[in-house]
Amino acid sequence: MDIHEYQAKEILSSFGVTIPRGGIVYSPENAENKAREIGGSKWVVKAQIHSGARGKAGGIIVCDSPLEVAQATDKLLGKKLVTNQTGPEGKIVNRIYIEEATDIEKELYLGLVFDRSSESIMVVASTEGGMSVEEIAKEKPETIIRSKIEVAVGIQSFQARELAFGLGIDPELIARASDTIIGCAKAFSELDATMVEVNPLVISKQKQILALDCKMSFDNNAMFRRNKVSELRDKSQEDEKEVYASDRGLNYVSLDGNIGNIINGAGLAMASMDMIKLAGGEPANFLDVGGGATPEKIVKAFRLITMDKKVKVILVNIFAGINRCDWVAEGIVQALEKIEVKVPLVIRLAGTNVEKGNKILKDSNINYIQAGTLEEAANKAVAALK
Amino acid sequence: MSVIIHKDTKIIIQGFTGKMGTFHAEEMIKYGSNVVGGVTPGKGGQKHLDRPVFNTVKDAVKHTGATASILFVPPAFAADSAMEAADAGIKTCVAIVDGIPSHDMIRIKRYMRRYSRTEKMTLVGPNCAGIISPGKSMLGIMPGHIYKEGRVGIISRSGTLGYEAAQQMKNLDIGISTSVGIGGDPINGSSFRDIIEKFETDDETDAVLMIGEIGGPQEVAAGEFAKENMKKPVIGYIAGLTAPKGRVMGHAGAIVSAYGESAIEKVEILKECGVTISKNPSVMGDTVKSVLDKI
Repeated sequence: MDIHEYQAKEILSSFGVTIPRGGIVYSPENAENKAREIGGSKWVVKAQIHSGARGKAGGIIVCDSPLEVAQATDKLLGKKLVTNQTGPEGKIVNRIYIEEATDIEKELYLGLVFDRSSESIMVVASTEGGMSVEEIAKEKPETIIRSKIEVAVGIQSFQARELAFGLGIDPELIARASDTIIGCAKAFSELDATMVEVNPLVISKQKQILALDCKMSFDNNAMFRRNKVSELRDKSQEDEKEVYASDRGLNYVSLDGNIGNIINGAGLAMASMDMIKLAGGEPANFLDVGGGATPEKIVKAFRLITMDKKVKVILVNIFAGINRCDWVAEGIVQALEKIEVKVPLVIRLAGTNVEKGNKILKDSNINYIQAGTLEEAANKAVAALK
Repeated sequence: MSVIIHKDTKIIIQGFTGKMGTFHAEEMIKYGSNVVGGVTPGKGGQKHLDRPVFNTVKDAVKHTGATASILFVPPAFAADSAMEAADAGIKTCVAIVDGIPSHDMIRIKRYMRRYSRTEKMTLVGPNCAGIISPGKSMLGIMPGHIYKEGRVGIISRSGTLGYEAAQQMKNLDIGISTSVGIGGDPINGSSFRDIIEKFETDDETDAVLMIGEIGGPQEVAAGEFAKENMKKPVIGYIAGLTAPKGRVMGHAGAIVSAYGESAIEKVEILKECGVTISKNPSVMGDTVKSVLDKI
């Protein structure tokens, strides 16, 4: 789960990370007042969307008066911002963060992620802040320094110091820089985060160490014990169909093609998408109804796929194990009694009781194309497009 | 004796009396697995499915001599249960459950470092279908009848894609020595490399089929191990050629976040390691056959 910049800043600030003064607003009037309240003579108006690279997309505006702050807010609110991370449809701006401008002396990079090779938490830092970590890795890999956190004891002061010295920070600022790194590491461990990124982490002309932009992501599997974090979810930033799916226990990812998929198991779903591509088609989605493929889940899946207007063919591929094909077939027949499907439907069942399952489908009055193998299913789905 | 589990392996069910635990315990017993009891804290002393229930894994091990366990406990309690099994001297523990927080998985793995290599429990999963040695024992939730007894080892992150492979192989009359579902999570108990190493030394396995997917470094690590250390042929398939970058594809671990984690990159690296690639998921069985024909 992702959260907004301002939410990440509030969290990190509570762990001892210094952030510039700022506040969230929802209207231009608010914005003007907020700018006065913050004080100073220069402000940054920042569109809050779940994406990086907002600056290039026009989502960050520097202003010289509270009036300009109001105008910039008016310009951004309600607008859809398209960045290189949002896809062509963009993301809607419903919240604006107003922040005092910072006199930047140096921009650094600080990130924390799970490292799957060492199965630990890795701190990654670089002197080249402001660029994405991918760009840094490509263009200035020699500037990247890393430190592995031992989860049993958490980050140690010496590790934070080593990183801070490694970034070339002045001796008088090392203590503050260390506290910043330790704060981020604690937030990561204590809140079940999967990613914390402060980019840039800046040293200001006034010799402050400030988190200028922050991103945090959290483990969806841990939300049962992180009520405060899960309240920060902003569904307006997620694909509508993906929200519908996740609320109903389905794993769904919206894609650009026109062949809708209903499949049980994530691996089989990816494999089926690959087969569609090989057959010359494009999948409209990834959808895993779960290894068990219960009739309830199948009904929900058909509802979801038929909501997607770009779907021209639906491919159902279920490998039934313990749940048996006859039971799955009954689920499909029930689903189609409730939901009208106007596009061609290709069904491939495999596994336990496959003959019984296919007979149930055949004896029902549903209109479908039967397929025996994975390959045949993909080929028939692509052929049905024409 | 087959790899990891064999016909007489004594199995206990953690979360025995719950709905899932009961259902799958029955399936495993039907298949012929030697289920000797189970654990449900607070229900110790009762009988369930004609087998004893214990309060703790230690009690269960003491009274039954069990060496393997399978977890059917909710994600919030799974880490605790896995560590309890490790501490009680269980040698093989399969965690079926989907949804264990990654921070908990790291904690489990660090906890298990307190045991020496010979004493250490093999944890398989989470978010997996489990282990089956066809005709001998099933420590998992797979449909046992699709697995033909034979001499090919399977390792798969995905459950249903593993079933697909087993079925394709059965249709071609190819049998399986042991199939291990290692699960779809980013941090898991056993990696491809851990299991492929076991297959290399298993005298009942002639070749290994590795079914991977996008995300993480494990397929590549196993490929590199195979190149350096394996005499047995390895066949591989990687799902997710069409998966967009940066998105989680159902499995929490199926996300491309670094170089070498996309399907195309993994396929290229595995080829360089001498792994025979199944070019699409519907020819996994055929590819295994072509390799076996050359042995």
